[in-house]
Amino acid sequence: ARASVSLKAFRTVQFAGLTDVSIAEDIPVEGEITVPVGPHSPEDDYSTLDEPVKDTIMRDLKAVGKKFVHVMYPKKSSTLLRDWDLWGPLVLCVSLALMLQGGSADSKDDGGPQFAEVFVIIWFGAVVITLNSKLLGGTISFFQSLCVLGYCVLPLTVAMLVCRLVLLAGSGTVSFIIRLLVVLAMFAWSTLASTAFLADSQPPNRKALVVYPIFLFYFVISWMILTFTPQ
Amino acid sequence: IITCPVLHLLAEFDDAANLLAANPDATTISIDEPAETPKNQHSRLQESGREEDDELLGTDDSDKTELLAGQKKSAPFWTFEYYQTFFDVDTYQVLDRIKGSVFPVPGKNFVRLYIRSNPDLYGPFWICATLVFTIAVSGNLSNFFIHLGKPTYHYVPQFRKVSIAATTIYAYAWLVPLALWGFLMWRNTKVMNIVSYSFLEIVCVYGYSLFIYIPTAILWIIPQKVVRWVLMIFSLCLSGSVLAMTFWPAVRDDNRRIALATVGTVILLHALLSVGCLAYFFDAPELDFPAPIIPAHNGTTVVTKSR
Repeated sequence: ARASVSLKAFRTVQFAGLTDVSIAEDIPVEGEITVPVGPHSPEDDYSTLDEPVKDTIMRDLKAVGKKFVHVMYPKKSSTLLRDWDLWGPLVLCVSLALMLQGGSADSKDDGGPQFAEVFVIIWFGAVVITLNSKLLGGTISFFQSLCVLGYCVLPLTVAMLVCRLVLLAGSGTVSFIIRLLVVLAMFAWSTLASTAFLADSQPPNRKALVVYPIFLFYFVISWMILTFTPQ
Repeated sequence: IITCPVLHLLAEFDDAANLLAANPDATTISIDEPAETPKNQHSRLQESGREEDDELLGTDDSDKTELLAGQKKSAPFWTFEYYQTFFDVDTYQVLDRIKGSVFPVPGKNFVRLYIRSNPDLYGPFWICATLVFTIAVSGNLSNFFIHLGKPTYHYVPQFRKVSIAATTIYAYAWLVPLALWGFLMWRNTKVMNIVSYSFLEIVCVYGYSLFIYIPTAILWIIPQKVVRWVLMIFSLCLSGSVLAMTFWPAVRDDNRRIALATVGTVILLHALLSVGCLAYFFDAPELDFPAPIIPAHNGTTVVTKSR
């Protein structure tokens, strides 16, 4: 496209005996403005607004499922970090909090954690750990870190499920030992998985300072799972 | 020209140290100190031998602290970078500070030796968090072991105690330093103290001094009264001495009674915290003989507990 632009310039003219007078003059300036227009990209022809709802849901479900698989087999991949989402952590947190219900005692003060307490511990704990790693100079973004910490609760949710099934069978010493071993193994898995994803983005001489709160976080969740006693 | 050994002798007296700071001749000798950054100075002063009294007096540090404090925290307080300056510690520094709080060296001031005008919030925050969960978990475990085997005992996780522990410990670690800092600032307007601490340095000392209670709380699981009390006195001595050696130079120049009262209150609050935690979270270990069963008049059996 060609464009014509005119510049108005003011020229100061001096007349003897008179004050300065400015006379407007038109100075034409011409040039070309080109706007690069490439070939149409595929998204322009097929926007996601028009697709069937089933496709939208399946795409998100597949993304969440892929991340679950990444957590169970943690290897260095940036998929978990790049396309973060918080659906998985929300589902895990709610199911863990629901499963920790029903462990009440005679007086409300002595029982296990309530739903709100579990929820608050998990989300507030994840936020605090993320803030801690950012304050120490980490390069990971806020939501990416929340995403990783939330997804790595998956092994502990599996442990909770196993514990509830074992408790259905009985609650003696043998069941306690089984539960202890399962919870210990899943706690180690969670901590190692989240460390594998988060450790690279930390400054090298502060890695232990960042890993320790993650260890504490999963330890508290494991303690809540292990001490769950049904009514 | 004043030579170094004479300078060392003079620095041992408070009044002379004040004069020295004002004396222009002295600055030519100590000229290399203000130019050094805190990290370099940490390693440099480990080599020189005359830091002990300077540690307690803090004369060489106090004007430097103001200089460096201005340079360090220059970001406005609503930006993220401002808070990052409080987390500017490496792993080895945190470990050193913890070590300094557990093994107090008599005569060395924790703040001058370890904090060195780089107070951090990482230590106090995470030591308090660990202490909260350690006390709650250990209390729960110890109650479980004490009551194990009793037929009427049903294990409860006692989760409500976690929030009580958190409130207590965080309130102690942040409100008591605030009150102490306010008090010291107020005394500073009346009496010219040589040593004065910033609020963050006081929070730092309190946070790191609580570290000794973490292994103490774990060992409190042992259900013997004598063991528990010995442990408590031992940890109180260690962390109390860290606090006392930190705050004594700050009130030393004041009225003798106020100085003693201040340090005494600091130690007393510290003792109250540990006694309170022991009493509330850990049930008293009961005596070890079995409960007698007495048949009541209407035929039902009554079990009596003996304490």
